[in-house]
Amino acid sequence: MIDRRDFCKKALLIAGGMAIPLSALELFDPKRLQAEKSDPSPTRWAFLVDTYKCVGCGFCVKACKIENEIPYDANVTRTWVERYIVARDGKTYIDSPKGARDGFTSPKIDQGVEPPAEVRNEDIEKAFFVPKLCNQCDNPPCVQVCPVGATYQTPDGVVLVDRSWCIGCGYCIMGCPYGVRFFHPVYHVAEKCNFCYHRISKGMKSACVDACPFGARRIGNLKDPNDPVTRVIMTERVGVLKEEYGTKPQVFYVGLSREVK
Amino acid sequence: MVHGEAWTIKEFFCYPNEYIYWTIQIVMYPFMTGLVAGAFVLSSLYHVFGVKQLKEIARFSLVFSFALLPVAMLPLMLHLQQPQRGIEVMMTPHFTSAIAAFGIVFTTYALIVASEIWFVYRAYFVETATALGGKRERALWERILYLIYRILIMGAWDISHEAREKDEKAVKIVAATGIPVACFLHGYAGFIFGSVKANALWMTPLMPVIFICSAVVSGIALCIVTYTVTMELQKMISARKRQQKPWLPSTDELKSAEVLVVTMTSKYLLMFLVLAITLEILDLVFRGYTALKSWDILRSVIYDKDFFKIFVLQYGCGNAIPFVLLLLPRLSLKRVVFSSLLVLMGVFMMRWNVVIGGQAFSSSFAGFMEYRLPVWPGSMELFKEGLFGALLVAITPFVLFFGLTRILPVFNLKDSP
Repeated sequence: MIDRRDFCKKALLIAGGMAIPLSALELFDPKRLQAEKSDPSPTRWAFLVDTYKCVGCGFCVKACKIENEIPYDANVTRTWVERYIVARDGKTYIDSPKGARDGFTSPKIDQGVEPPAEVRNEDIEKAFFVPKLCNQCDNPPCVQVCPVGATYQTPDGVVLVDRSWCIGCGYCIMGCPYGVRFFHPVYHVAEKCNFCYHRISKGMKSACVDACPFGARRIGNLKDPNDPVTRVIMTERVGVLKEEYGTKPQVFYVGLSREVK
Repeated sequence: MVHGEAWTIKEFFCYPNEYIYWTIQIVMYPFMTGLVAGAFVLSSLYHVFGVKQLKEIARFSLVFSFALLPVAMLPLMLHLQQPQRGIEVMMTPHFTSAIAAFGIVFTTYALIVASEIWFVYRAYFVETATALGGKRERALWERILYLIYRILIMGAWDISHEAREKDEKAVKIVAATGIPVACFLHGYAGFIFGSVKANALWMTPLMPVIFICSAVVSGIALCIVTYTVTMELQKMISARKRQQKPWLPSTDELKSAEVLVVTMTSKYLLMFLVLAITLEILDLVFRGYTALKSWDILRSVIYDKDFFKIFVLQYGCGNAIPFVLLLLPRLSLKRVVFSSLLVLMGVFMMRWNVVIGGQAFSSSFAGFMEYRLPVWPGSMELFKEGLFGALLVAITPFVLFFGLTRILPVFNLKDSP
C-alpha cells in the first residue's frame, strides 16, 4: 500500500525524470542546428535614400499611407519627409507638416508655434529634404524591449509587429531613438514601417520606392554584391542616422548633413 | 484621434509620430510600487533588525504593503492598449525586456509578503478560530470569518510556545529574503527607465538606485501618515468605548505610544531622504559636467520648462522643507505628518519629472512636448490616462487595506511576533 507522501515523492520523481529526456530533444533540435550552421537567409534588406534627389513632394508618404492602411488623416505615419532650412544667421529650421503627406507647398515653416517662421529666400544658406522611415536596425532596441516578443526580426533583417500579440505597452515606442513607431489608430497596437514586407517578399518594391518620381528612395539586398543599391552603399560615401545609439541602422543616406536630426 | 494626441502639445520640431505615450498611469506605477517596497522595508526593520520601537508600525506596514501590492499592477493594466493581453507578460515573457521580469519578480514578492503575514498572524488565526469554534451560535458574519480563518490556518493548529518560536524564526527569514526582493521589485522599475538608451533623461545606471531610495522614503512617509490617521481614529473610538469599559487604555497612553513610534520612524525617513537627494543631485551634476550632446535640450527642460516642478515642488517643497522640519528640535506629531505629506508629494513629483519630463523633449533634440493632464473623462481613454484614472489607483489601496484589516487586525494584538 502506497501512502500519500510516497505517492507524491514518486510522482515528482517520475515527472522530473521524464522532463530530462524531453528537454534534451529541445537542446538538440537538428533542424535548428542546421539552420544555425548555414547562413539563415540569402537576403538582408537595406534602404538607400539619396537626399540630393528628394524634392519633398510627399508622394512616398501618400503611397505608404494608402498601401499600409494608416488612416489618411491621422497624425501618424510610417514614413515622412523632413525639410531643413539653414539660414544665414546659422539657425536651422525643421518641419514636416502632416509628415509631408501633401508635400511642402508653402515657404512658411510649421513648428507648432504661432506665427509660423519664414526665412526670406536670400537668407537661406542651404535647404534640403530628408525622407525618414524605419531603419530596420541590425540591433533593434524595440525588439529587445518588447516584454512579450510581439515584435521580432525576420531572418532577412526586417522588424515586424505581430498585431495579435502586442499588448500595447508602448515600451518599443519609447525604445526607438528614431521615432518611427506609434500606436495604430484602428488596431491599437504598435505600428511601424516594415519596408512593405508583404510586397518585397513577393519580388516587388516597397510602395514608397515605387511612388518616388525621382529615384530618391531605393531598396536592395545587402547580401547580393551585384545589387545596384549594395554597390552604392559599398562604393560611395553614405551615412546613417544616430549611429551613437549602437542600433546599426540599415537605411543609408547619400548627402547627409550635420543638421539632420 | 491618435493615442496621445489629446494631451500632447508639440513645440518646434518633433518627429511626426512622437507623443507623450507614457502618461499619468506610468507615473503612478513606480509611485505605487515604491510605496509597496518602502512599506515592506519599514516592517522589516523590526522583523529582521529587531528595532523594537517599530513593533507597532511594523505589523501595520506589512499589511499595508500587502494591500498596496495589487495596486502596483492596476496602473499598468489601465495603461495598456490591449489590457486583455496583459497576462502574456506572465505566459510568454521575452526575457531581453526589463518588463518581462515583472511577472516573476512580482509573484515572488507577493508570495513572500503573503507568507510573512501568514507566519505573523497564524497564532491569531488559531486563537480566533478556536474562540469562534467554541461559540454555540454564530452570526452570519462570524460564520464567514470562521470559515476564512479555518482555510487560512491550513491545518497548522499548534500554538504551543515552541511552535510560536518557530513562527518567529520563519518571519525573520522570510522578511530577510524579502528585503532584497522588495529592492529588486523597485530597482527593476528604475531599470525599465534607466535602460532606455533612446531617452537622454532616463538613461543612467543610477536610476534603479535612485528609485529604490525614493521608494523607501515614500513608503515610510505613507506608513507614518496612514498610521497616525488610523491611530487618531482609534483614539476617537476608544474614548467613546471607555465610557462603558474603563479598563481600556486611555487616550493619553495611546498618544504617547504613537508619538514614540512616529518620531522613531521619522529618523529612518530622514536617513533615506538624505541618500535619495544625494543620488539625484549627483546625477544632475554629472549630466551638466559631462555635457553630452543631449545636455542642451535637457538643460532647457530642467532649468526652464520644468523648473517649477523640479526645483520648487520636488526639491524645495518635497525634500528641503521636510528635511529642515524633521531636524528642528521638539518634533511634534503634527510636524512629522505634515513633513511626511510633503515628502510623499515630493516623491510623486520626482516620478512625474522622470516619466513626463523624459518625454518633454523630442528625440530629435529640436523640439518640446508638453503634457496636459486630461481632467474630464470624456472617453474611456481620457478616463484611464487622466486625473480620475489616477485617483482610482490612489484610492484603491486604502479600500483594500480596510477590507484586509477586517481579517488581519493591525492594532491591539497582544503577542504576535
